[in-house]
Amino acid sequence: MADETLFLLLHGEIVAGLYRAAEQGDGENGRCISKLENMGFRVGQGLIERFTKDTARFKDELDIMKFICKDFWTTVFKKQIDNLRTNHQGIYVLQDNKFRLLTQMSAGKQYLEHAPKYLAFTCGLIRGGLSNLGIKSIVTAEVSTMPACK
Amino acid sequence: SRELFVLTYGALVAQLCKDYEKDEDVNTCLDRMGYGIGIRLIEDFLARSAVKKCRSYSETADMIAQVAFKMYLGVTPSVSCSSAAGNEFSLILDKNPLVDFVEELPAERASLCYCNLLCGVIRGALEMVHLSAEVTFLQDKLKGDAVTEIGIVFLKNIEDKKHKRN
Repeated sequence: MADETLFLLLHGEIVAGLYRAAEQGDGENGRCISKLENMGFRVGQGLIERFTKDTARFKDELDIMKFICKDFWTTVFKKQIDNLRTNHQGIYVLQDNKFRLLTQMSAGKQYLEHAPKYLAFTCGLIRGGLSNLGIKSIVTAEVSTMPACK
Repeated sequence: SRELFVLTYGALVAQLCKDYEKDEDVNTCLDRMGYGIGIRLIEDFLARSAVKKCRSYSETADMIAQVAFKMYLGVTPSVSCSSAAGNEFSLILDKNPLVDFVEELPAERASLCYCNLLCGVIRGALEMVHLSAEVTFLQDKLKGDAVTEIGIVFLKNIEDKKHKRN
C-alpha cells in the first residue's frame, strides 16, 4: 500500500536526520535513541486511542497483549506478530520474523549494529500504546538476524 | 495506515521544535528530510503508476496533483498555471491530511511551515526525473489563509533533458 511506503521512508529519514544533527552537535548515541523512542511513545498513545474507540474493554493483560499482536500490529505493519511468549509474570516476548522496517535493510547479519536505531521508534510505539491502555511498561528490542526481531 | 504517517509527522515536527529554536531551522530541516524522501519516493511512484513520460510542465504538474497526491495522501489538489511562460504552477489544497490532528500553530511558532516536508518531497522527486524546480508554500491554512497553496516553479527546460527513464 502506498501509505506504507510513505511511513517507511519518513521513518528512515527521521532516523537519518536525527543522527546527522547529532554528529554536527554534541549528541551521543543514547540521546538519539531516546528521542526516537519518545516520538514513538507519542504516536503510540495517539494511535491506540483511535483504534480502541469502538472496541470492548480488555479482560486482562494477556488480552491486551494479544490485541497488540494482532490488530495493532496489523494496522501498523500490515501483518501479525509471528510469535508471542510469556512467563505469565509480566514478561512478554513478541517475535516478528519479517519486521517491516528492517526488510529493506538486509537479510542476514549485515548492518546489525544499525538495527537498534530503527527499532527505537517501534519500542516507543508499543510503550505509548500500552500506557494509554493503563499499563506501565519497559519495552526493549533485540535483533539477532535481520529481518527478524524480538 | 495514513493515521500512523500523520501522527508520526506530528511527533517529528514537535521534536524538531524542541531541538531548534528558530522556525527557519525547523523549516529547513523539514525541507531536507522531504528531499531525502522525495528522491526515493519517485521510484516507488513510477513503479506503482507506470505513467509515461510527461511532455510538458503542465502535464507534470497535473501528474503530481492528480496521481501522486491521490496515491499517497488521498487528496487531489487543483492545479492552476500562474505564469505566461508556462513554468509556474500552483497546487491548491482544500484539505490537507497532514494537519488532520493539528488545530492551530502555537503563537511563538508563527512562521513555521508545518508541511514543509511536502515541498522537499516534490523537489526531490522532480530532481530525480531531471527537472529542477523551486517549491514553496504560498498560502497556508494553518496560518489563517483560505486554502493551502503550494507553488512550483520549474527552472530548466524539459525538452533539453534526455534521460533514459522509461
